[in-house]
Amino acid sequence: MNKTIQMKMFDVIVWAVALLFAFGLLAGEAMAESKGVAAANATWKAECGSCHLAYPPQLLPASSWRQIMAGLPRHFGADASLDAASAAEIGAFLERNAGSGRRGGEAALRITETRWFLRKHDEVRPSAWNNPQVRTAANCSACHGGAERGDFDEHAVRIPR
Amino acid sequence: MQPFKSMAGVLLAGALALTGLAAVAATPAEIQKTFEAEARAGAPGFGGFSAERGRQFFDSTHGNDWSCASCHTLNPRQPGKHAKTGKEIAPMAPAANPQRFSDAAKVEKWFKRNCKDVLGRACSAQEKGDVLAYLMSLAK
Repeated sequence: MNKTIQMKMFDVIVWAVALLFAFGLLAGEAMAESKGVAAANATWKAECGSCHLAYPPQLLPASSWRQIMAGLPRHFGADASLDAASAAEIGAFLERNAGSGRRGGEAALRITETRWFLRKHDEVRPSAWNNPQVRTAANCSACHGGAERGDFDEHAVRIPR
Repeated sequence: MQPFKSMAGVLLAGALALTGLAAVAATPAEIQKTFEAEARAGAPGFGGFSAERGRQFFDSTHGNDWSCASCHTLNPRQPGKHAKTGKEIAPMAPAANPQRFSDAAKVEKWFKRNCKDVLGRACSAQEKGDVLAYLMSLAK
């Protein structure tokens, strides 16, 4: 009798520990997401990140990524053509992690033209964009120091002077 | 005898698959050899590559807005900067950056893209070889 009670208590403890551990993992993941530490793919990072920051997939809806991937030989004025295997892998990754479209990017191919981007940056002075250290709104890292890691936390923004 | 043969076949196929999968490591000189073979095949009067011709090609525009130097600067021993995005580009000269011209597929990918941007067409083997001769001529 005593032994079965002991065994049951042991069971409960094991379950409690396991559940706490699982919640811990989930909470960690949720926190990582809120910080913007998002999904990554090595081919995406290497290919999309060689001329500009590898822009996070959630910043445009899947329809925009599809159009961008279909037009790589004329990519915003430059040839960014890819071999078929890399293009397929990157396209699938982008669409799997694409945004829902609530950022207002339904028709946009440039992240900087989405309603969400314009609203988030409406208090930035025009002179800040023209700073030679910034040059273009596409240069996320100029002000978002953690952009390469997918961290766009607005409390960490430092606009160069 | 028969099982041994088939096993050897499997091993051989596996080894071939592995060499095919691994990024083909190369040296700038080996890549230059392939440009040379291509140039010879294309032009019977091929007279070799010239670092000086490569430098001129690299530094000049060819009908479009950008030259090679627009992003890679007039000194390819130094890091460059993307003319549009401002992103830093590692030096092009192998002496300054040993990773350059060590992967034939990567070399082809970038010549294809950048020649399109700079010349509006693919580069000839002569042009690619001249540019590589120039970059290889730069000491650290």
